[in-house]
Amino acid sequence: MRQVAPGLLVATLIAAIVLGALSAVLWRAGGGSGLGPADIAALKFTLVQSVLSSVISCVLAIPVARALARRAFVGRGLLITLLGAPFILPVIVAVLGLTAVFGRAGVISAALGWFGLPPVQIYGLHGVVLAHVFFNLPLATRILLQGWLSIPSERFRLAASLGMGAGPVARVLEYPMLRSFLPGALVIVFALCLSSFAVALTLGGGPRATTVELAIYEAFLFDFDLGRAAVLASVQMGLVVLAAIAALRWSGAEGFGAGMDRTIRRRDAETPLLKAQDFLVLLGVTLFLVLPLLMILLRGLPGLMDLPGTVWASLQTSAIVVFFSIIIGVGASFVLAMAAVRLGWLEGVALLGIATSPMVIGTGLFLMIHPFDAPSRYTLHVTVAANVLMALPFSLRVMLPKMREIYNNYNRLAMSLGLSHGAWIRLVLWPRMRRVTGFAAGLTGALSMGDLGVIALFASPDQATLPLQVLRLMGAYRMEDAAGAALLLMCASLAIFWLFDRGGRVDADT
Amino acid sequence: MMKHLTLVTGLVAATSAVAETPVLNVYTYDSFVSDWGPGPAVEEAFEKVCGCDLQFTGAGDGAALLARLKLEGARTEADVVLGLDTSLIGAARESGLFAPASVSADYTLPVAWSDDMFVPFDWGYFAFVGNKGGKSPSSIAELAASDAKIIIQDPRSSTPGLGLLMWVKAAYGDDAPQIWADLSDNIVTVTKGWSEAYGLFLEGEADLVLSYTTSPAYHLIAEEDDSKQALPFTEGHYMQIEVAGKAAATDQPELADQFLQFVVSDAFQQVIPTTNWMYPAVTPAAGLPEGFDTLIQPEKSLLIASDQADALRDVALGEWLAALSK
Repeated sequence: MRQVAPGLLVATLIAAIVLGALSAVLWRAGGGSGLGPADIAALKFTLVQSVLSSVISCVLAIPVARALARRAFVGRGLLITLLGAPFILPVIVAVLGLTAVFGRAGVISAALGWFGLPPVQIYGLHGVVLAHVFFNLPLATRILLQGWLSIPSERFRLAASLGMGAGPVARVLEYPMLRSFLPGALVIVFALCLSSFAVALTLGGGPRATTVELAIYEAFLFDFDLGRAAVLASVQMGLVVLAAIAALRWSGAEGFGAGMDRTIRRRDAETPLLKAQDFLVLLGVTLFLVLPLLMILLRGLPGLMDLPGTVWASLQTSAIVVFFSIIIGVGASFVLAMAAVRLGWLEGVALLGIATSPMVIGTGLFLMIHPFDAPSRYTLHVTVAANVLMALPFSLRVMLPKMREIYNNYNRLAMSLGLSHGAWIRLVLWPRMRRVTGFAAGLTGALSMGDLGVIALFASPDQATLPLQVLRLMGAYRMEDAAGAALLLMCASLAIFWLFDRGGRVDADT
Repeated sequence: MMKHLTLVTGLVAATSAVAETPVLNVYTYDSFVSDWGPGPAVEEAFEKVCGCDLQFTGAGDGAALLARLKLEGARTEADVVLGLDTSLIGAARESGLFAPASVSADYTLPVAWSDDMFVPFDWGYFAFVGNKGGKSPSSIAELAASDAKIIIQDPRSSTPGLGLLMWVKAAYGDDAPQIWADLSDNIVTVTKGWSEAYGLFLEGEADLVLSYTTSPAYHLIAEEDDSKQALPFTEGHYMQIEVAGKAAATDQPELADQFLQFVVSDAFQQVIPTTNWMYPAVTPAAGLPEGFDTLIQPEKSLLIASDQADALRDVALGEWLAALSK
């Protein structure tokens, strides 16, 4: 009971907030209204791009994570930290970074121009998928990398002593691990792409690329049809829930047995061919991810020197938001993971936070607060709540497999020793969960730093977070300042990510 | 844990709770209240004369502003709503959430203004903006026939995007679908909002971007860069007039009236050109800032009356979607 009770409470809270917000919108609308052909078209496009984006992101993540898992090289830690960067950038900044590389006036088009070739055509379905892979390949890689690290080093040693090559190792050790990690990664990326809006629109090239989220936006702001907005949001949520159920059924989650939790040289992968393969994979992914970041860096540097003072003030506001988001988010995620070891469906509940349209959640929360007080007084509370909701599925995904493994491997021993609940957490759980908890905290913090969240719906002038300030600068023509502020945002997010991720990894690799 | 956060957010609320001075709540769009918008200067100037506390609440853009007000209904805290535009006036009037206002001023708008509810505070012309020496078609039709690449905004999520929709409709009526079909191969992409489009244009992703005739003034005045130009089109240019109105549910009706009158005064109007980068609704005594004289002056102003705009909007959107989804 003590294992599941706090987690159940958290799950109830999540469901109450999300479903409460959705019901508030429905109630205010006086019921749902039907969908038109344009909504159905939007639904189709959304599904196609989400499936493509999530499958491509996750499939590409497999060789990348494997290469990172079995190679040691200078700059590996830095590369892993940089992998967090695309994911936490405000969408608009990332899109500008991407077009600086892949756009009509981008680096690649310029290079093609030297050979008399026409510019790259980024705008269209493939552009949307490209951007989503840019955002989510790193995330999927990190999730799968956790998977590789969860295979005890003793297994690889045993495989080496049995003379197994890379092929048998893949079949015996790596495929089973992927079976338990890949479905979760797929669902999370799918859910993220489902609620994509600005990316799809900007790179989609026109109204063909209308997503459900834009249809919700349109229903809400253009037609003030709250009923249609709520129905669309419910459909969106239903899709994610279906995907989550499918993933749970598909994933075979069995542990590998206990090990000494150490990493090891992978003797099976030391052939020149595999070395070359991993090198090329890592080089490719580094170029793909780092070039756009480099463009953001180059563009941001001139503006970074003399940023307006209010940008620094908003960094402070963001820091407060991040602090509370991490504490609440990681705490909630930890107890949720403990409970989800027994009750697997809890992970589906956690997904609700990203399965529902931010627009509808924000509006619903607004409607829930409004009868009692002015919602603008709760800007930061709501922002923290939204950040926690949004980050929970990710931190849970990161924590849960490790948690499950620990319970599988040590719970019987602990019970036979009569270990108390407190001692179990302190002696067994925490030391082993530390690495993933650090990663989860870094992820939550970085996400909270970069996400615009619902603050744009609620904001009062004095409480701008850094991402909102970037948008405001852009809206005021100040593209250079905005680029500087975006760079600051990227650095701050990465610093938070690195700090916690490192903190979690201290003496874990010895 | 949340106590500290309450403390932080509470500070803002506390300043009004402690003070005895009346509070005027003004809802406006987000960029108005930003540090680079007119908000801070307007607040300072009005508080000097009103003996009150002016509090801005920002809400997305004009459309989000109206949606916000509708959500809150009669129980809104808003006394004044500032930042609706001509395309939203019809819906705003129908909502029944606004009260008549009696403000008079010598408007310097290109069209006659008589409205018993909404007070105009600035205006501008939509225009395609490009680089001097670059592609410069002289009409929408010529643009559609050319190979110039343009970036526009989605009318469903952006004010300029909706402006272009109405522009084409006002200029071409029943021929609008053909114009859009011809334009479709010029459009590089359609963005969610103005910022994305303008940012992409500055990155060199297109020859032209849909913006305002006043955009080059920003580059000229704030960046001393005279390389940008707005293109005068022979069909005329569609206008955007931004207005303020008094909330019917206000608990500060006198103060709200005083603010609306202040909106058309010099103190407010002189802030507008170099913060909102729009034309003031009443040219201030000191005239327009240097640099505004270099802007193009369209020969013809287009504007669809607010009582027809709503019906026309849905027709035009259908045509736009049909033409660009092919």
